[in-house]
Amino acid sequence: MLHPSLGDGKGRDMLRYLLGRLISLGLSLLVASLVIFTVIEIVPGDPAAYMLGLNASEDTVAALRERLGLNATPPIRYIDWITGMARGDFGLSYTYKVPVADLVAQRLAVSLPLAAYALALATLIAFPAGLLAAARRGRAADAAVMGATQIGIALPNFWFAMLLVLVFALHWQIFPAGGFPGWQSVGAGLRALTLPAIALALPQAAILARVLRSALIETLDHDYIRTARAKGLTRGQTILRHALRNAMIPVLTILGMQFSFLIAGAIIIENVFSLPGLGRLIFQAITQRDLIVVESVVMILVFAVILVTFLVDLAYASIDPRLRRRA
Amino acid sequence: MRLLLLLGAALSLAALLAALVSLVWTPYDITAMAIAERLQPPSPAHWLGTDHFGRDIGAMLMAGARTSIAVALVAVGIGMGAGVPLGLLAAASRGSLIDEAVMRLNDLVFAFPSLVIAILITAVFGPSALNAILAIGIFNIPVFARVTRGAALSLWTLDFIRAAEVAGKGPARISFEHILPNVANLLIVQGTIQFSLGILAEAGLSYVGLGAQPPTASWGRMLAEAQTMVTLAPHVAIFPGLAIVLTVLGLNLLGDGLRDHLDPRLRRIR
Repeated sequence: MLHPSLGDGKGRDMLRYLLGRLISLGLSLLVASLVIFTVIEIVPGDPAAYMLGLNASEDTVAALRERLGLNATPPIRYIDWITGMARGDFGLSYTYKVPVADLVAQRLAVSLPLAAYALALATLIAFPAGLLAAARRGRAADAAVMGATQIGIALPNFWFAMLLVLVFALHWQIFPAGGFPGWQSVGAGLRALTLPAIALALPQAAILARVLRSALIETLDHDYIRTARAKGLTRGQTILRHALRNAMIPVLTILGMQFSFLIAGAIIIENVFSLPGLGRLIFQAITQRDLIVVESVVMILVFAVILVTFLVDLAYASIDPRLRRRA
Repeated sequence: MRLLLLLGAALSLAALLAALVSLVWTPYDITAMAIAERLQPPSPAHWLGTDHFGRDIGAMLMAGARTSIAVALVAVGIGMGAGVPLGLLAAASRGSLIDEAVMRLNDLVFAFPSLVIAILITAVFGPSALNAILAIGIFNIPVFARVTRGAALSLWTLDFIRAAEVAGKGPARISFEHILPNVANLLIVQGTIQFSLGILAEAGLSYVGLGAQPPTASWGRMLAEAQTMVTLAPHVAIFPGLAIVLTVLGLNLLGDGLRDHLDPRLRRIR
């Protein structure tokens, strides 16, 4: 049982930490949105003329300027954009003629499950591999895991995806080579996402397994581990009960950083498998010069990365109370 | 472990050599098309076969190595050129508002994966190899700033830095004369890692059409072009991929080996 004053101090630390992180989250979002807005709406000069191309008549450009609200000054446009997004109004896609929010929602139904599937696979592969390598450090199993991870890290995910298609879709025809049937049948949807998820997961799993192994080995050198062993726990029990929690900080850091690579990877992989996700949407938008869609989707991607970093920071603090005081 | 370092050095050197030689000689002209010889499997005349235009894949890989290495090298240069001074500045003014500003700026850039930066630049200026360089280079800046700051912070507490302060040297002079030489090893190792990541990123950007444009040869674009032909002629997809894997693997082994060599304390863990 904690002394009441100790309990209060702990709560205050956590609150202060949370507040600091929240301010930092808000600032990051503000600056990121300013950067995106400037690049997309200010740098090309007149976005309406850019979107319509060289052959557009002045009247058409003027009409589009009016429709997109480009006649207002940049600060007003920025505030409109930001407040609109906060309300869930992302503007109107110029090429699709539908609200960007609807487009994004449709595409997220593919991209989010894909990212989650890949992350789950990566964790499922990385944890046993990292634990095995750390427990069998210096032996054949360790060397095998480390060798495999070196190759996993060097593998471009889109090339790996092509090889997977070659073997599991074209040669053995176990999984579809591309496309997405929708979620009417969950089984068919999952089957369509399996090869893309594996292609995304393997390189991530390789990095994660290496970090987990290093962190575990470092932790295993501490005195409390020796005490645990002296109490009669086996090496495996010690790792699972004592070392793993302490090794989680570097693992979480990498997991958080990997999310941004996962997003980038998903954009590319969706193109390999013709999956109608956010990644495909953004490439179609670039070729069609639909700046409104590019702007909003980039903002959503960056928001996702910043949010994950924030959540990882919170997770640190709940794992390691020392971090709350340092912040 | 020494063996892995040597293997890494050999693979990296092979890629570098292929790139350099391609400046003056390739076994075939990579711009000349020979439709009659299209999609041929590996043979004595074409060791790695030919692509859908009948171009020699070996020659294309050599020229592609040039693009990959040039993009990754300049991107590391941008990352180091901006990131190292920022890291030194942050460490020299540790705890101050400048330090805080530099670190927050780093966090912000980290929120933009290089692919997203490339998408932003492409949306406005169109795709090019320069776009890839900028996107990867910008993403490298916070990496080097972070590594430099971390290492420099611990150096600032050491006696020989105190001595330099007492001798009347300012923070800028101490940073460049005493701190920088002592973090150089770390920067070389990080540089190797970022170089290999740069090669992967360049391949990815070119693959999705945001990087090098024709007629510049690029491993990523070779793979994009191979995608529709992979069932007819798997070799057009296999060799460019292998080139990427072997180069990146080589650089990673080289980086790991150098780290162990330069910092023996780490040898125990890795």
